[in-house]
Amino acid sequence: MNKPMRRVAVFCGLLILALLLRVNWVQFVQAEELQTDPNNKRVDIARYANPRGDIIVEDEPITGSEETDGALFKYRRTYTDGPMWAPVTGFASQAFGTSLLEGVYDSILTGDDDRLFFSRTIDMLTGKDRTGGSVVTTLNADAQRAAWEAMGDKTGAVAAIDPRTGAILALVSKPSYDPSSFAGLSNEDGEAWNALQKENDPDEPMLNRALRETYPPGSTFKVVTAAAALEDGSIVDDVDEETDYPEPYLLPQTDGQELDNQIKGKCEEASIREALMWSCNTVFAGLSDDLRNEKMIEAAEKFGFNEELFVPVRALASAYPEADRPQNAMAGIGQASVQATPLQMAMVAAAVANNGTLMEPYMVDQLVAPNLNVVEQHKESEFSQAMSPETAQALQSAMESVVEDGTGGNARIDGVRVGGKTGTAQHGEDNSGLPYAWFISYAITDDESPVAVAVVVEDGSNERDQISGGGLAAPIAKAVMEAVLQSEN
Amino acid sequence: MSGAVRDGRPEAAMSGISTTGNTTVGTFAPPSRRNTELAMLVFAVLVPVLAYANAGLAKHDELPAGMAGYGLGLAAIAGVAHLVVRRWAPYADPLMLPLATLLNGLGLVLIWRLDQEPSVTTDSLGGALAPGQLMWSGLGVVLFLGVLIFLKDHRILQRYTYISMLVAMVLLVSPLFFGEVNGARIWVRIPGVGTLQPGEFAKIVIAVFFAGYLMVKRDALALASRRFLGLHWPRGRDLGPILMVWAVSLMILVFETDLGMSLLFFGVFVVMLYVATERTSWIVFGLLLSATGAIAVAGINAHVGERVDNWLDPLALAPNGGVKESAQVMYSFGSGGMLGTGLGQGYSWLIGGIATKSDYILATVGEELGLVGMMAVLMLYGLLIERGLRTALAARDPFGKLLAIGLTGTFALQVFVVAGGVTGLIPLTGMTMPFLAQGGSSVIANWALIALLLRISDTARRPAPSPSNPTDAEQTQVVRP
Repeated sequence: MNKPMRRVAVFCGLLILALLLRVNWVQFVQAEELQTDPNNKRVDIARYANPRGDIIVEDEPITGSEETDGALFKYRRTYTDGPMWAPVTGFASQAFGTSLLEGVYDSILTGDDDRLFFSRTIDMLTGKDRTGGSVVTTLNADAQRAAWEAMGDKTGAVAAIDPRTGAILALVSKPSYDPSSFAGLSNEDGEAWNALQKENDPDEPMLNRALRETYPPGSTFKVVTAAAALEDGSIVDDVDEETDYPEPYLLPQTDGQELDNQIKGKCEEASIREALMWSCNTVFAGLSDDLRNEKMIEAAEKFGFNEELFVPVRALASAYPEADRPQNAMAGIGQASVQATPLQMAMVAAAVANNGTLMEPYMVDQLVAPNLNVVEQHKESEFSQAMSPETAQALQSAMESVVEDGTGGNARIDGVRVGGKTGTAQHGEDNSGLPYAWFISYAITDDESPVAVAVVVEDGSNERDQISGGGLAAPIAKAVMEAVLQSEN
Repeated sequence: MSGAVRDGRPEAAMSGISTTGNTTVGTFAPPSRRNTELAMLVFAVLVPVLAYANAGLAKHDELPAGMAGYGLGLAAIAGVAHLVVRRWAPYADPLMLPLATLLNGLGLVLIWRLDQEPSVTTDSLGGALAPGQLMWSGLGVVLFLGVLIFLKDHRILQRYTYISMLVAMVLLVSPLFFGEVNGARIWVRIPGVGTLQPGEFAKIVIAVFFAGYLMVKRDALALASRRFLGLHWPRGRDLGPILMVWAVSLMILVFETDLGMSLLFFGVFVVMLYVATERTSWIVFGLLLSATGAIAVAGINAHVGERVDNWLDPLALAPNGGVKESAQVMYSFGSGGMLGTGLGQGYSWLIGGIATKSDYILATVGEELGLVGMMAVLMLYGLLIERGLRTALAARDPFGKLLAIGLTGTFALQVFVVAGGVTGLIPLTGMTMPFLAQGGSSVIANWALIALLLRISDTARRPAPSPSNPTDAEQTQVVRP
């Protein structure tokens, strides 16, 4: 019986060998992958084992960490004015992961980043607990608060940029949520999270409307159409030159489908300045059609359309798509299939205000190591030359007329050049939804513009006639511009 | 030269007669190796005690309060066992007792360490389980001692071949009358005592039955065969018993959904059949039968099918979006990496539930002791199996050989099925790791198993009664250089 027994012994040896090979495979070859798997709770345990670094606005942290008595996680994230800053910070939750800045700079905030290796090693050698680095933002606390308060209970968003640098000054989205409410792991946190989800709250409080929602821009897009026409120069080459578009305007390639204006009697053969002042659909639809789809796309893309932006949080791509002639004509007045984020429309205003040069938008100025060494410093860069300085200055003068004498009177600020454009965007099937009220504007002092802002209000009023960009959105834009101007001084 | 034998250096004498072959029964006592065993036992007690201190320091920054008690208890168990072996089985294998002690001791430390995690030590999960496990281990050692003291010769068991069969059947069938736990019927609930896993005892009784049965029938099974396709195939009438065993193992699988037990049961039978008959055809035949059975049942039974799915994709999320046990186990192993987190510093308890301390105990080894610790533990099992196989080879009677190979085969298959299942090499089957895992039945049964192997190895190595004229042989030795 010994011969088969020896074979059985060899077989048993092979079984043990197979086990040894398997554990080597799992614990050596696959180890890294398993350790960093997002479903591996140990990733989060390590993340909250030490106080997280902070997100900083004007030298003040808007985040914090508090010690908990939980079994798994030692620290829990806290937020100052959480709902107001939520579109900037995002959340860092023990149960639900991270988002926005908390997500993009997670490794800096936890101290895990390779660039923090040195400070981490020093901490280890000196026996200190690991600390995270901090993220210094470009936001302006006064502007953010002004926007937050001016929005009140309305649904919508505000985005403000410094046109000179591209620095984002304010990002407000309403309704909002408090990221501290679900930062932990308890049942309460779970309930708070569930209550905020789309299926339980149709208002979608967790949607970042300033960066992650696109709206039809409506008449505010006419600034882009005007810039395209002036740059092209073949149809008109001056803001005050008369155009030859009738009122009402017949959409091309349709069976006489007419396009009319909100304010009647001012738009027949109006110049670009007048057309902006009275928001003439007829003129801009005509210009867009005469320029044709290709040129309109080219112009829109110079302002940032058709491209995802990373500021460094991802912002949705705004869209100016390929279209047939009637659709392209409608796109010229910001309807049809044109879609824009509030940030995109703030960039349009900023490009005009900064004499045609559009700066790359950004919201993080510096990443700072725990020992206060600057790990990364943002360098301002040009996004594009959206238009020539001459065109930009001509448009400035026209947009300022809108505020001085046209539909944007509510944004007027004494002693400051303010240019703006209102918009009332139709949406829904057969335009059945209540229109969105838009306003984009900029302020110029001493030949320089410190602020450009875009405001969209989704539910300004239940009555269609009461909704207008000038009435609902312009006062909010004004509040933001004033806040920035005051903090400039 | 004869003096050399008397003062305890018999190796020299053994080598002196090597020309006659090592199967010859010498007239000299082979080394009893009891002192080797004692030295090894010191390590086997010391290592778990240090591990206990390590876990305590990591969890609570202080030496655990029960450390002296635990150390002394383990030392007492090992010491008594050693003395009994010295007295009643002096020629037994010297490594098996230390290996079992070490694994049992480490298991206690791991269970105690997991007891420190509130989420797997709730009242509904039975609270702290280490004290109970220590008690069961003590009971196991008592059984171990009982077997060594009262079973003078393993061949006595041969008399109980058919009674063993009956007992095994009763043990295997009994869980059917009790409820399902975690999708498998493997438990018997005895009021006042707790739950019992009869399968753990059945595996020993079955080995006794197979050994007795095959010893008698092996010639018929081996010689009466037909040649077909280059293999010797059994006659139809000899197929009867094997088909019956196959049917019983399938029944266990279908009615008790105990994949592991059914595999063990059938696997051991095939191995013993092969050893008894020396016919490869039995292996081929056995593999064919088990493959057919396994595939058929996996198709029908949802519980088994689910385990196969978990094996194919352990990281997949549960339908409700949660992380499954299979994934948690893999994360544990992966996070342990090369050297592990250190005892008491891992998160293997995230697996959750009682299985963390029983079926999945290896995950804690993997995470806290790392790849290195896992390999060491697997090597300990490998060594124990090797000693068992050596015992089978050395045994002189066919019953002893078959019983030793059967017990060792059971042990080896169980280690493979559990460790392979937990690490994802094969589908998980829900058995416990011998000695390491929490579970009273398992630890008691395995101590009995070790006792039987020790008894066989003692019989195998015990010198035969002296031939009539020993002095002649001694004198022959003297003239050799």
